[in-house]
Amino acid sequence: MPAALKLIDVTIAYHGHPAVHHVSGAFEKGSLTAIVGPNGAGKSTLLSAMAGLTRVNQGAIEFDQTDAQHHQIAFLRQLSGINQDFPLRVLEVVAMGAWQEIGAWGAIKGAVLTRIEAALAQVAMEGFEDRLIDELSVGQLQRVLFARLIVQDAPIILLDEPFNALDATTTTDLLKIIHSWHADGRTVVAVLHDLQMVKDHFPRTLLMARELIDWGNTVDVLATANLARAQANSLAWQDTASWCHVPGTLEAMNGKSHHHGAHDHG
Amino acid sequence: MGKATIMEPMTMVDFFWSPFAEFAFMQRALVASLALGLISGPVGVLLVMRRMSLAGDAISHAVLPGAAIGYMIAGMSLPVLGLGAFITALLVALLASGVSNITSQREDASLAAFYLMALAIGVTLVSVHGSNIDLMHLLFGSILAVDQTALVLIASATSVTLILLAMIWRVLLTSSFDPLFLAQYGRSGRLANQLFMLTVVLTFVACFQTLGTLMAVGLLMLPAVAAKFWSRDIPTACLLASAFAMISGATGLLLSYHASLPSGPSIVLTAGAIYLVSLFVGSHDSLLIHTIRSTRHRES
Repeated sequence: MPAALKLIDVTIAYHGHPAVHHVSGAFEKGSLTAIVGPNGAGKSTLLSAMAGLTRVNQGAIEFDQTDAQHHQIAFLRQLSGINQDFPLRVLEVVAMGAWQEIGAWGAIKGAVLTRIEAALAQVAMEGFEDRLIDELSVGQLQRVLFARLIVQDAPIILLDEPFNALDATTTTDLLKIIHSWHADGRTVVAVLHDLQMVKDHFPRTLLMARELIDWGNTVDVLATANLARAQANSLAWQDTASWCHVPGTLEAMNGKSHHHGAHDHG
Repeated sequence: MGKATIMEPMTMVDFFWSPFAEFAFMQRALVASLALGLISGPVGVLLVMRRMSLAGDAISHAVLPGAAIGYMIAGMSLPVLGLGAFITALLVALLASGVSNITSQREDASLAAFYLMALAIGVTLVSVHGSNIDLMHLLFGSILAVDQTALVLIASATSVTLILLAMIWRVLLTSSFDPLFLAQYGRSGRLANQLFMLTVVLTFVACFQTLGTLMAVGLLMLPAVAAKFWSRDIPTACLLASAFAMISGATGLLLSYHASLPSGPSIVLTAGAIYLVSLFVGSHDSLLIHTIRSTRHRES
């Protein structure tokens, strides 16, 4: 399988301290992957860099030529990044997904409107077009944002903790949509905390704790020893830590992650 | 007893119409305040919705040093005052957003730092080089002294503001709701935010000549906050705020004419009265709605 998205020795640092440290690997085209790890493990940072919103300090993120542009990536941030009190209408929010067609001035009509209506129906929110966003529950808002992702119609979809604070029904409905994307052959990557959900629904897992712990089939990655290692990795940065010197590893790494302590991650 | 001499009661026409029909300066003041009211609505509502009410206040004060420098160069010449005001207000807005982009300081903190310096420079300049009356003019404006040139300036600034707002409307609302969404599609979100600050600056430059740097923010904020007690929908709130601001302008002028009060504070006080009425009896979220909140509710 060709890679939809390749991480080549990616390091992302805040104020000199790495949040993501020398991570390498590839998301295969059409794969459904969960990114798992403790709080502060750099999961959201990595996702945001894949969406092109955070600068990579070292290494590179490469895309398959056919989906080379960032706008062919649909990225759903955590709900906390959204101004939920801003009273836009549901229709306007879902229409954002068709930004390339409507832009700053285009009318929302015709084929775009049909796509929006279909997306709202798919998330069971038809009839809510004229509701104001600040009237919706968190679950309804997340459904609307999933409708926006559907309208974006991107080959790569990145989701940052999409099920936070959602009830069981909403979670089940949205998981169905993720599976339908998977069935379409889209590449889907989600940052998640619920390991049971990962085991039940996500064939591939990337386990990280600032550094890559393991990346592969979920059953293997979520082995007890791996999880213990992820927990044990100290994520508190130290002011006195010495500078990291890794020689030009880009070619040499070739799909492996660099680790300072010598261990084999398979 | 003979017939008591009674003063002829003032008719509605006398009160509302005659001042504007008889005096050219009142006509010009009315046109100016209606134009200012029109742009104050949407700009004020967007500032409030984006939680930037205090940013508006800060930029209104940043107008002062530029106006003072203009005054030192050309005296009470509105075009020069306006240009100076435009430059310093824009400078403060740019410096604040520049600092918050490069460092991790919040934009409101940087804005406070720069506008306080600008305000102090402005007051210093005026007190060293001008009289107190000039300072009063800059701070409180003189809408009754609006001449033809000032009208043209106000009309130009308000037209540019309206056109800019129309151009950035969707981008601005989108990035207010989800600040990073548009970053995936290029730099339009950031550009729209900068252009919005430009419209705020233009609005203040248009307002300060007539209302003064201290009072201009009143015409911008009070109608916008009042409108939020009547509607949550953004376009409706903008239209309402414009209407409130225009009513405040016209009523404030009449108040100023009949009671011999300064025009700027009269207009802002009228806007304040509209705010208080809205706070008490508005159709949404007002004190009235909160007190009569009943147990009655729909089935779903």
